[in-house]
Amino acid sequence: MGSHRDLPAGMVNHIFTNSGISSFTEFVGSYAPDLLPGRNETLAAPVGDRIPHATTIVAATCAGGVVMAGDRRATSGNIISQRDMEKVFRTDEYSCMGIAGAASTGIEMARLYQVELEHYEKMEGRTLSVAGKANRLATMIRGNLGMAMQGLVVVPLFAAYDPETDGGRIFGYDVGGGPYEQQQYHSIGSGSIFARGALKKLYRENASPEEVVLALIHALYDAADDDSATGGPDVTRKIWPVVVQITADGFHRLSDEEVGAHVQTVLDERMSSPDGPVAPLR
Amino acid sequence: MPFGYVSPEQQMRDKADYARKGIARGRSVVVLQYEHGILFVAPNPSRALHKISEIYDRIGFAAVGRYNEFEALRLGGIRYADINGYNYARDDVTARGLANLYAQNLGQIFTESMKPFEVEIVVAEVGDSSDEDHIYRLTFDGSVFDETGLVAMGGQAEAVAARLKERYREGLPLVEALEAALFALTEPGGERPPAGQLEVAVLDRNRSHRKFLRLSGPRLERLLAESTEAPAPAPTPEADVPPTAPEGDVDTGSDT
Repeated sequence: MGSHRDLPAGMVNHIFTNSGISSFTEFVGSYAPDLLPGRNETLAAPVGDRIPHATTIVAATCAGGVVMAGDRRATSGNIISQRDMEKVFRTDEYSCMGIAGAASTGIEMARLYQVELEHYEKMEGRTLSVAGKANRLATMIRGNLGMAMQGLVVVPLFAAYDPETDGGRIFGYDVGGGPYEQQQYHSIGSGSIFARGALKKLYRENASPEEVVLALIHALYDAADDDSATGGPDVTRKIWPVVVQITADGFHRLSDEEVGAHVQTVLDERMSSPDGPVAPLR
Repeated sequence: MPFGYVSPEQQMRDKADYARKGIARGRSVVVLQYEHGILFVAPNPSRALHKISEIYDRIGFAAVGRYNEFEALRLGGIRYADINGYNYARDDVTARGLANLYAQNLGQIFTESMKPFEVEIVVAEVGDSSDEDHIYRLTFDGSVFDETGLVAMGGQAEAVAARLKERYREGLPLVEALEAALFALTEPGGERPPAGQLEVAVLDRNRSHRKFLRLSGPRLERLLAESTEAPAPAPTPEADVPPTAPEGDVDTGSDT
């Protein structure tokens, strides 16, 4: 008795107090579906080449956590449309996502996903499990499949600290959803084949976060070296990759000074050996 | 004219009395500004059913009264805040907007439905400095009060507020603010609730992203230990307060 159900239909608080769902996306879908990505009308022609695209994201687990890094270049076809783009986003205190593909859709997805996680946490009084978070993101990508077919492909990379295992976990996705949990390291975007090759040689199990940051910057350097859509460190403008690490202490985005120092280490080494560190043959 | 006519004035008075009685059965909640933000303290033996909650990055919520009713308001507030933050920008979500929404709803419920909500709530927003903090108190009929410094609501709100005023001053450090809140929430001569019976949270302006932080477990025990080490001031004469009704299935904070 006396609950919102007694209220006349159509009142504002009928919508807001209609209890039941803890998913923000589902709430928006019923309240204002036009605010959701992937609900737009299909386009007459694919627009893929004309809008900015984000490129390479790399991530690797470290001792007690995970590190993710992204280059800063956005391209529209053969034009560099932005030099300082951010493609790695904090999604909550213990997780982050990086985006590759159509930048507009990716940023929108990251924003929605961030609210989704927080909304659940506030409504329920507990945070989602890592698997729950990964599955939720998969659902959102699946919702974007129609747009992906029109050229607005966006593929995220998701990384989180899992308190159950006291370690980092990484999830990759395809355009249909996924999710595919990746062991150790993973990379997405146009430069990912080169970055992944580099990481394969540089990755060490249980390396310290600092060592993994260095390995990821090497991997991004290699991606930029061979992929025109991936930006290398911009020395003159002092634009460095975005690097974040997540451990039991929570999310930490490395400052420009911190990343700058690591980048300098990589650049100094590349001055003498342009292809980077050499792995022993046996 | 329906049989058994009651004048609108009488109806409103009856509803207000009914709501006040319901609220008075529960225990009090205090909200006060401290050095780095806003502190919320509620005696609450439940670990899962909260009287204090985060609504948004800078906005907290505290309530007394009937649990299912203020929980509905809390969930509605979170939906309002999240949809506005997503639609516009995170900084566009304000306690003022939220207080207006609650005032509209509570006012409408009070006038239009048979039974008013038996709730009193606080919506507080922490700013970049204490001058920019906002604390709004809303009552069951949709009235909004713009408060500064401290708020007490619930069972013995007036007595609690009086005790809180004794200890409160601007810019108290967290430990002292917590001490003041506990002093206010404990009846003279009564025993202080242990850490497990307390719900404590802060909106700390120095935190990044989300300012709301629930203080519990070892962190709260440490704070409580520090606050009891502080010298105890002289005992105050017993306040003249009517006893609250002992029975009540009112909220999670009641003893019974």
